[in-house]
Amino acid sequence: MAKHHVTTTINGDPAEFLCETQQTLLDCLRDELGLTGSKEGCASGDCGACSVMLDGRLVCACLVLGVEAEGATIETIEGVAQGDELHPLQKHFLEDAALQCGVCTPGFIVAAKALLEHNPNPTETEARYWLAGNLCRCTGYDKIIKAVMNAAAEMRGA
Amino acid sequence: MGNEEDIGKIIDYSGREFQYIGKRTIRPDGVDKVTGRANFGADFTVNGMIHGRVVRSPHAHAKIKKINVDKALKLDGVKAVITGKDFPEIDINDKAVGEVVVSYYDMAHNIIARDKVYYDGHAVAAVAATTPDIAEKAAKLIEVEYDVLKPVMTAARAMKKNAPVLHKHIVTAGVEPKPEKPSNVASRTEFKLGDPAAGFADADVIVEREFSTQTVHQGYIEPHACCASISADGNANVWCSSQGQFMVRAYTAKICGMETSKVKVIPAEIGGGFGGKTVVYLEPLAVMLAKKAGRPVKMVMTRDEVLRATGPTSGGTARAKIGAKKDGTIVAGELELVYEAGAYPGSPVALGCMTGFAPYDIKNVSCVGWDVLVNRPKAAAYRAPGAPVAAFGVECTLDVLAEELGMCPLELRMKNAAVEGTQAPYGVKFNRIGYKETLEAAKAHPHWSAPLGPNQGRGIASGFWFNIGGTSSAEVMVNEDGTVIVATGNPDIGGSRASMALMAAEGLGIDVARIKPLVADTESVPFSMLTGGSRVTFATGKAVIEAAQDAVNDLKRRAAKIWDVDIEQVEWENGQAVCIESTQHKPLSIAAIAAKADKTGGAISGRANINATGAGPGFGTHICDVEVDPETGYVTVLRYTAIQDVGKAIHPSYVEGQLQGGAVQGIGWALNEEYVYGEDGRLQNTGFLDYRMPVASDLPMIDTVVVEVPNPGHPYGVRGVGETPIVPPLAAVANAVSHAIGKRVTDLPLSPPRLLAVIDGK
Repeated sequence: MAKHHVTTTINGDPAEFLCETQQTLLDCLRDELGLTGSKEGCASGDCGACSVMLDGRLVCACLVLGVEAEGATIETIEGVAQGDELHPLQKHFLEDAALQCGVCTPGFIVAAKALLEHNPNPTETEARYWLAGNLCRCTGYDKIIKAVMNAAAEMRGA
Repeated sequence: MGNEEDIGKIIDYSGREFQYIGKRTIRPDGVDKVTGRANFGADFTVNGMIHGRVVRSPHAHAKIKKINVDKALKLDGVKAVITGKDFPEIDINDKAVGEVVVSYYDMAHNIIARDKVYYDGHAVAAVAATTPDIAEKAAKLIEVEYDVLKPVMTAARAMKKNAPVLHKHIVTAGVEPKPEKPSNVASRTEFKLGDPAAGFADADVIVEREFSTQTVHQGYIEPHACCASISADGNANVWCSSQGQFMVRAYTAKICGMETSKVKVIPAEIGGGFGGKTVVYLEPLAVMLAKKAGRPVKMVMTRDEVLRATGPTSGGTARAKIGAKKDGTIVAGELELVYEAGAYPGSPVALGCMTGFAPYDIKNVSCVGWDVLVNRPKAAAYRAPGAPVAAFGVECTLDVLAEELGMCPLELRMKNAAVEGTQAPYGVKFNRIGYKETLEAAKAHPHWSAPLGPNQGRGIASGFWFNIGGTSSAEVMVNEDGTVIVATGNPDIGGSRASMALMAAEGLGIDVARIKPLVADTESVPFSMLTGGSRVTFATGKAVIEAAQDAVNDLKRRAAKIWDVDIEQVEWENGQAVCIESTQHKPLSIAAIAAKADKTGGAISGRANINATGAGPGFGTHICDVEVDPETGYVTVLRYTAIQDVGKAIHPSYVEGQLQGGAVQGIGWALNEEYVYGEDGRLQNTGFLDYRMPVASDLPMIDTVVVEVPNPGHPYGVRGVGETPIVPPLAAVANAVSHAIGKRVTDLPLSPPRLLAVIDGK
């Protein structure tokens, strides 16, 4: 069967790809477009390592089909920093040692960025519940939560 | 393992001021990991690459009668199919000794089954095709005829006389006289100290309890992944994430029947391992498929495959008996452990026996361990392998003893704590250790005396891990501008590049920002043992320190040449060469010396190849507060404090991170995680939805206290850190839950239905 031609905007740039019906958006990002920053940890929407923004909504790219992205605006971890200027979340993940192996980190940063766009002043509990869809097996979440709270404070100018 | 030879020479660095060690610097690989630029196992592609897929057994125990690959081979796009027959047979006695003993025969059969399958998920064939989709279709076309046998799913069942026997060639090792009949009991291990019977006879109080735990998985977020390419003349390149590129090389070469020099392993970033990536699963399959297909082959496991066919660590039971005098002095201890090895021998039960009573000074100890075969995946190392279940048994029984004696559980531990010179039950006399210091820190911590509310309870427990040394290599290369590359052969699993850079900076006396650490491939640095046993910051760190010293010696020689003075005239101070007798020579910076390298003998570097001895044991004490909902049996962890003697924290943030991460893995083990098998021997929870690991909303902040009692066997006092933190939590949580509900809990995980049954007295 012929592949589908999908036209999207990814991290601000027009992006087209061909995909088969069963390919997920994550497969398309990683295998067709070479955007391997989004990771596959489970392919069932349980780990959040593939978190991306789809038309302003936080989704697991493994639960979206590539063909569903037609006409959509997608933001991935690769678009979070502006050139060599890191996003405050990225800076705080580094300063607060919020990563160990780092494989869950892209998903956490994308999800945390969505949180702060939605709620610039989250409580610790709100941050914990928002990020409950992202699994980290290394850190015990402590330093991740601290990094998110510190980035939020910095972004509020507090 | 720590043994007496490991006790290195005493280096007096007390009061030493460090310039870089102990600073919370930004990790060198950090920017790549927060921007998505870092390449993990599945991120690698190579031109012409095709995709591999494994065919796995749906049966827990079966004979393979026939494998028909014809239909699969006829499918367009299929390039190769392999089965066990494509691999060389390996001698049954071929073994390697590492953190755990590895049988190459078992490993080969575990990677791809030959005549029998031993667990749901056991690989029986593999296929490579031009797209992942075709590979998956082809895998379904491979017809395997099985003669299904009765599965043996638990140690209790496997040890029964009438149980089906998994392996006809295995008779129980470690019992006299040597049995003649094959058995599911692979071995019996015993460690003994003093006269336990006399010890118990002398006791005023004796308590004995039995505990059980279930199979759990390491749960790394990155599934196993690799890409292999092989040339027509038999040179293979393997790109993969693992806990040791040299380990992958050795095992892949062995399983595929290749010479070591024919396999080059290029390490990817590793997305978590916790011991589970100290073995190979996919790499030999990918190499064989690539060889047959004449194309590079990429293989990536699904989460379902990870849970069914890799890892896990043994479920098991622990029976602990402790005898004490009225004043709390423990006079005897007994521990019996039964661990499920999975499909092949080699559960970490011996390590459990060695570690259970290690935190205590007890004159009479007996520890017996049984390694039992069941139709579950072969156990792999998991963070302090064997120790958490043993500590769960001992530390909960100590809590019972404290209640019987009317003594504070912390004081009971304090009274019996091992100190320098204590004879450990597993054979060594401890050098300088910091167990008592962790108890003192626990006592002083506000957590220990904070008030508790209704349905709340507090638990305390301790834990021990040996920490190991071993073979490590390091190269320190001075660039033309005076910046430095530090190459080692150990994957960076949680920040080791940061600690290598800090130790090199300390040794060279230059800013850590000018040092770039490199995780090199198997052909760019000499052999290094894998990343495991909490050895890297200690052992590879020691190699880095020695390589830095070697580079300093080279730099001093070059400075002497530039000045035309005797080398004895040159000292190395704050990253520069200083001429001690003459003031006419201004100090030379590393950059100034590097700029003149070609005039003084060529490139400047230092190297060290060592077998590091002197690993210092790690002790930790954890305090846990929980609240139990008596209606539902749901446990909320309210507060958690992890205290550990780390020797010297090279990068304190990543040390704290190890304590926090280990504690939370232990909380998951205690509260939620377990393999659930059906009657048919099939794993029922093969995804993260129902293999329920802790998420952020399950947890409070994890407070840490980093105690620093320097290890005399390391120039900067380093002890291994990573494994000890998973040892205390099982008991810390269980003790807290027991106090919250006023009944002793003995079976993990303390999931709501199981706990509710205890509360309701069912």
